[in-house]
Amino acid sequence: MDYFLSEEQVMIKELARQIAVEKVVPVRQELDEKEEFPWDIMRVLASSDLFGLFIPEEFGGFGKGSFELAIAVEELSAACLGVSTTYAANALGTYPILLFGTPEQKKRYLPDIAAGRKLVAFGLTEANAGSDAGGIQTTARPEGDHYVLNGTKQWITNGGEAEIYTVIALTDKAKGARGASAFIVEKGAAGFSFGKKEKKMGIRASATRELVFEDCRIPRENILGREGMGFIVAMKTLDSSRVGVGAQGVGVAQGAFDEAVKFARSRVQFGHPIIGFQAIQHMLADMATDIEAARALVYQTARFIDSGAKDVTKASAMAKLFATDMAMRVTTNALQVMGGSGYMREYPVEKMMRDAKILQIYEGTNQIQRNVIAQNLIKEAAKAK
Amino acid sequence: MRIVVCIKQVPDTAEVKINRETGTLVREGVPSIINPYDMHAIEAALALRESLSGKVTAITMGPPQAEAALREAISMGVDDGLLVTGREFAGADTLATSRALSGAIKAAGADLIICGKQAIDGDTAQVGPEVAEFLDIPHVSYVRKIVEAGPGSIKVERLMDEGVDVVQAELPALITVVRELNTPRLPSLKGKMNAKKAEIKKLSASEIGLTPEVVGFNGSPTQVKKIFTPEPRCGRRVLEGGIEGQVEALIKELMEKKCL
Ligand SMILES: Cc1cc2nc3c(=O)[nH]c(=O)nc-3n(C[C@H](O)[C@H](O)[C@H](O)COP(=O)(O)OP(=O)(O)OC[C@H]3O[C@@H](n4cnc5c(N)ncnc54)[C@H](O)[C@@H]3O)c2cc1C
Repeated sequence: MDYFLSEEQVMIKELARQIAVEKVVPVRQELDEKEEFPWDIMRVLASSDLFGLFIPEEFGGFGKGSFELAIAVEELSAACLGVSTTYAANALGTYPILLFGTPEQKKRYLPDIAAGRKLVAFGLTEANAGSDAGGIQTTARPEGDHYVLNGTKQWITNGGEAEIYTVIALTDKAKGARGASAFIVEKGAAGFSFGKKEKKMGIRASATRELVFEDCRIPRENILGREGMGFIVAMKTLDSSRVGVGAQGVGVAQGAFDEAVKFARSRVQFGHPIIGFQAIQHMLADMATDIEAARALVYQTARFIDSGAKDVTKASAMAKLFATDMAMRVTTNALQVMGGSGYMREYPVEKMMRDAKILQIYEGTNQIQRNVIAQNLIKEAAKAK
Repeated sequence: MRIVVCIKQVPDTAEVKINRETGTLVREGVPSIINPYDMHAIEAALALRESLSGKVTAITMGPPQAEAALREAISMGVDDGLLVTGREFAGADTLATSRALSGAIKAAGADLIICGKQAIDGDTAQVGPEVAEFLDIPHVSYVRKIVEAGPGSIKVERLMDEGVDVVQAELPALITVVRELNTPRLPSLKGKMNAKKAEIKKLSASEIGLTPEVVGFNGSPTQVKKIFTPEPRCGRRVLEGGIEGQVEALIKELMEKKCL
């Protein structure tokens, strides 16, 4: 379908696709098997300017928005979700600075991020605070010109590899979630170290690691927004970035679908290419329809966000929910179309199915997305009365 | 350093089919690409510009649509493109092509000219060296490594059948490069945006000081009489026995066949 992309958007799409095809596809299996962080590809993305897409021009970026980012994420995801997660988590970590940073903070951090010189990570989740992010226990105690951080963040994408971390911690424990604040912590800060790197089912090129703070002192000016705004920072960040997870779903589903079609055309059973069987045709037809519906929702949501709309929570939750449930369905069915071949590592689809699973979990599980959508429905219904 | 890269737009031979009757390539509907060896030439030029500063100009001779190749070069980071184009250039062999290119290079000015070792459609590997002859400058072909560049000279490794030569040449000079030299970069978004806006300067024969008689078909001594697929050669024989016996048998055979 034609989504009426501008000339520049077409360029971004073509460029991301070229990188995906020429630089990601040839190495994705090896990255997966070795659980290797895709530094070479990150360097290509940097020299191709793709880290700067959504950063304002005054800080060395291209001044584009969620939509352009979604297009790039989609193309990379069609090749490898491990790679696209690394790229997308960089944006996730950058949003707090973009949305809440002071001009000084932006000047200090955004140019390096736009140029891809420094990677970013976002640290919210802890062992006892997953869906219930309000249960975080990491603290940030004001002390003179500094804050002193203590606690451990768990499962942080780009942990250990990133240079810049945006971290949510409690400045006032008594106030619970209202006592949380957001901070910028740089790699190398005294008292900041990394725990174990996780071994995962999928997106194995992406690094998932603990952030450990032991009396980690950071300058007071590293706070984002004001004390007590931590959860607003986190929620607004996720509102902006979630649509990108939807774009990952669209991409990986498209990648798996394309493999399934190619396979179905060439695989002969009972004297016919299996694509001639109606059972296969209907599966493919459903998959194609599913993908297109999700793409339309993701694109429209991204454009809605970029329009400057005030409340995008429900829309971005819907886009994430629909596109990632779709991705799990489509990758599963793509594998099914390919039978035993699909299950083999010789083909990329088993990896795509393993990878797709994470999309229903991170940046808020799909159960939580449904909760969020429902809360908004209730609010809207109450207002309408 | 002013660097000129000579590039050629060629059909993507991975996609191309051959017309069995005429023996020529079927070009319709086949995507055009920059000759793959020329991509290495572009990369070499950009890398040199990064270390020495200066300017990189891409030049091609071809039909109006060859402009796309120049824009692609600009998307990779090349500063500007010159398109040598006009009816008078059609049907050129390597001599007429080299003459035209050297005219354009003179107009642009260059300290170093970089070409791919050959084009994948013609495969002659003649144009680079011929351009150097027209310009009356030294050339080194099959360069696999640039050891030192400028000021005033360039030192390179030339790939030979067995090993490498290390060659130094005074600038201005021309080199032709092989794949081993580098990995061509991908375009950047800024590059693509520049490429879209860039004005591609077009040069006709008269603008590079040449008359229509010396370029294109008129300026080409090569005349294609017939294009055919050679018959597979048969009657291959492998000589056996010790090396001396083999040499003796070979010489005897060659004399019988009047080859010696
Ligand atoms: C690979 C990976 C990368 C990640 N990267 C990051 C990162 O970069 N930064 C970061 O901060 N976090 C990151 N996370 C954490 C991720 O966001 C959390 O895993 C996610 O929010 C879910 O939390 P949990 O895993 O603790 O699940 P739990 O909250 O323990 O949930 C378990 C199950 O209960 C369900 N559930 C929980 N509460 C409710 C409820 N109220 N109603 C209905 N169902 C409910 C959930 O949907 C789920 O099915 C990452 C996680 C993974 C696995």
